[in-house]
Amino acid sequence: MEWRMWLQKIKDWVDGYTVMIDADMYIANRKRREKWDWRSIIDFIYEKDLHKLHNTLCVMCCVAFIGVMLLVVNDLPQYGNVNNPANNEVSVRYVEEGLEETGAVNLVTGMILDYRAFDTFAEANVLFLSVMGVLFLLKTDKKNDDKQQQMVRKKDAEMEAIEQKPIRQIGAKYLTPFILLYGIYIVINGHISPGGGFAGGVIMGGGMIFYATAFGKEKMEQIFTFRSFANISVGSLLTYFVCKSYSFFTGANHVGWEVPKGVAGNILSAGLILPLNICVGLVVACTMYGFYALYTKGDI
Amino acid sequence: MEHINWIHNLPFFSIFIAMFAILLTAMFRTAKMAKRIHMTMMCIVVILSAILTYHMAVAPETFTFTMGHYPAPWGNELTAGPLEALMALVFGTVMLLSVMGGWVFIEKDVLQEKQYLYYIMLDAAMGAMLALIYTNDIFTAYVFIEINTLAACALVLAKGTATAMVGATHYLIMGLLGSGLFLFGVSILYSITGHLLLPQIGEAVTVLAASGQYHFALLIATAFLFIALAIKSGLFPFHTWLPVAHPIAIPASSAILSGFVVKGYVIFAIKLMYSVFSVEFMHELGIIDILFVFGVLGMVFGSLSAMRQRKMKKILAYSSVAQIGYIYMGVGLGTEIGLTAACFHMIAHGFTKSMLFLCAGSFVKQCGNIDDMDQMRGIAYKNPVAGIGYTIGAMSMIGIPLLAGFISKLYFATASIFSEGKMAASLLVLGISMILNALYFLPSVMAIWTTKKGMQEAKRANISPWFITSIVLLLCINVGLGVWYQPVIELIEVGLQLLQK
Amino acid sequence: MGNLGVNFYESASVILFGIGFMNLLLQKNLIKKFIGLNIMDTAVFLFLAAKGFVFGGSAPIIVDGITDASYYVNPVPAGLVLTGIVVAVSVTAFSLALVQRLYQHYGSLNMDVIMRKMKEEEH
Repeated sequence: MEWRMWLQKIKDWVDGYTVMIDADMYIANRKRREKWDWRSIIDFIYEKDLHKLHNTLCVMCCVAFIGVMLLVVNDLPQYGNVNNPANNEVSVRYVEEGLEETGAVNLVTGMILDYRAFDTFAEANVLFLSVMGVLFLLKTDKKNDDKQQQMVRKKDAEMEAIEQKPIRQIGAKYLTPFILLYGIYIVINGHISPGGGFAGGVIMGGGMIFYATAFGKEKMEQIFTFRSFANISVGSLLTYFVCKSYSFFTGANHVGWEVPKGVAGNILSAGLILPLNICVGLVVACTMYGFYALYTKGDI
Repeated sequence: MEHINWIHNLPFFSIFIAMFAILLTAMFRTAKMAKRIHMTMMCIVVILSAILTYHMAVAPETFTFTMGHYPAPWGNELTAGPLEALMALVFGTVMLLSVMGGWVFIEKDVLQEKQYLYYIMLDAAMGAMLALIYTNDIFTAYVFIEINTLAACALVLAKGTATAMVGATHYLIMGLLGSGLFLFGVSILYSITGHLLLPQIGEAVTVLAASGQYHFALLIATAFLFIALAIKSGLFPFHTWLPVAHPIAIPASSAILSGFVVKGYVIFAIKLMYSVFSVEFMHELGIIDILFVFGVLGMVFGSLSAMRQRKMKKILAYSSVAQIGYIYMGVGLGTEIGLTAACFHMIAHGFTKSMLFLCAGSFVKQCGNIDDMDQMRGIAYKNPVAGIGYTIGAMSMIGIPLLAGFISKLYFATASIFSEGKMAASLLVLGISMILNALYFLPSVMAIWTTKKGMQEAKRANISPWFITSIVLLLCINVGLGVWYQPVIELIEVGLQLLQK
Repeated sequence: MGNLGVNFYESASVILFGIGFMNLLLQKNLIKKFIGLNIMDTAVFLFLAAKGFVFGGSAPIIVDGITDASYYVNPVPAGLVLTGIVVAVSVTAFSLALVQRLYQHYGSLNMDVIMRKMKEEEH
């Protein structure tokens, strides 16, 4: 009844299951055929080299894909050429009038937080939503946890207690303030030097993760609870939201008071960019620590 | 302030209200508040979209809204016309009614502590969908597509069971592959045109198409963008995630996912096709024909697979694959009437499929979470509202006159008669798939209305009034669309004309 | 035309994209699959970053008040890459959380094993 098997495989493919499992099961359940017929060739291929065949096909697909893409690259404008289509009036205005219009010395920061601010707003939302999604997946609560998971968590906590070596704790105690300070420096200098909310936020989050690895769950819960996590991230996103909707609304309708730009190069300059950078930095720091905490212990 | 044109602010308001609802829900973090915030937000969005649609019906126009102080090639932009306004209204209504009908299931299936997160995901899906409809910027579209993928994935795994996780993983892998391709397409397009806003890309593409420069790169970029959107919307060869992910979600989620999430991408594809690459250029590249072929294959294969299923929600999921095939066939015909039919079918299918999923979810709940047609014999007598809803919905999908599905099939047939070269194929497939539609819906309808011998007397189940309201409203809309379809069709036609560059 | 020799960054990025795609197809391990997706994303970022470069340009941070466009590279791709990276981080975090839950339930990271176990549980 080989044809039924084949039909089943086609059906399963239409059903959306991967072919590989069914092929495996097909080999396992297959009866040996005494008489020779043409289908045994296919059988032979399946028996001997199914994985190889599949892999070869995949590799060939990918190589063909790479080939096509190399042809595309061959057709694209030259690398580093000034006359490329990408170096048009858009980027020229960003560079030549960016300082005047946004007040930011770092043109990329000026671009993402003022010219194309809607993208960046959406991006901060993606980050927030993903931490909400991780929370949805991994947050444990005592009521709904099954026993096996509780055992695993208990074991993890014991391991954590054993692994708390003094050297790490001393290192964390003295290094974390400096790491956080460095992150804060990058965040608040985002508009006048390389860096910005995202980079600085990641550094601050890294510092918090370092501290948490050294001192463990209980100590961290005294400093940074779920409540403070939610309040800080939602508060900064709300500030971001209010600032940006004000600027979008007034900009589109040509009304309202424009935030003063200040002297370019000072910390207090570039209008709304500094508060926005701080908000983004806080959100990113909270999110990074939130990911770590949820992965390791299922709670913040 | 007299010089503010409030109508032009409506798209901006609706997107930002949805975003605000996310933050507000995250601030309160209780299920009750989350529900209230969500419903208030949805009502406001629907009312705003209705005002915009009414305005567009009276005085059709397209306008752009600069997000910030900087005009077109430099800043972000929103754009709205009759088509966008209508779609926002339809999607908002579908979402509102689905959540209203699905409350009971949300409360039963999602953990009490995590319900507010579910509502956050609903808000995010709505906001991202609105932004995807209104945006005039291809990179913004990419970011919102990602938001939508995350939110939809979270909606799939709301129940928290292991099967839901597997379905969500399938969905996530395919979705992320699609996003990667989309981003690559955007990058190539940016490197050869130097713009990110749709009208400016459109102008640059016209110049490139005339001169023949970078022709191959343009072809591949276009192909990537459309393949990505096809993966996201579940077109036939890339549909594998859809029948896995949609049936295992809770009824409200499946109604929303099948009802409008997959269609937002089609809207964006139509927007790309009309305002960036003109239809003639798409013909020249041959992409439109490929979409047509895939659409036609999807119609047949989706219906054939639906026929083999014994589970009600699986049938509906495969039916969605087939209906997405219809929509892409309309897009692939390349004529204006074909696109009109596709847009109308999106509306009709959105209202019908959400109703069908809600009813099926209600049946499944009553059978004690068993999703098998044999177990559902005579269940319509216990739950008459869902029974009538399911039957009328199935009739609409088959194409019985006076229902919304009939009108879209009528327009598809007209469109295929007026198309050159694709008439025979599309008419034939339309006929075949109509018969197949009837064949796969008939067993389920018969199963719910016929009782087995020796079955106990039908006892009326307790049905929530909100569920009844939502099903009745969806039924009314369905019949209304089937009878007074003319204004909707006119609005779509005007919208498509205004969208053309 | 023939810019393949000049566009070596872009060539590298498309080859990386292909490698990521191959990972996605061939790996059975879910974490490796998602790493493949990450490689694909990173390849696109490399592509974009290469597209922004201009010979003789320095980083787009204004030095000494010079605001001449020829003095700096194109800032647009840098912004796009920044946005893209954040989006990639978010979806990776979400997918890894999903993998963790799957592992908790099925005790395996292999997609085939997971599918087989799921089918067994259904019947």
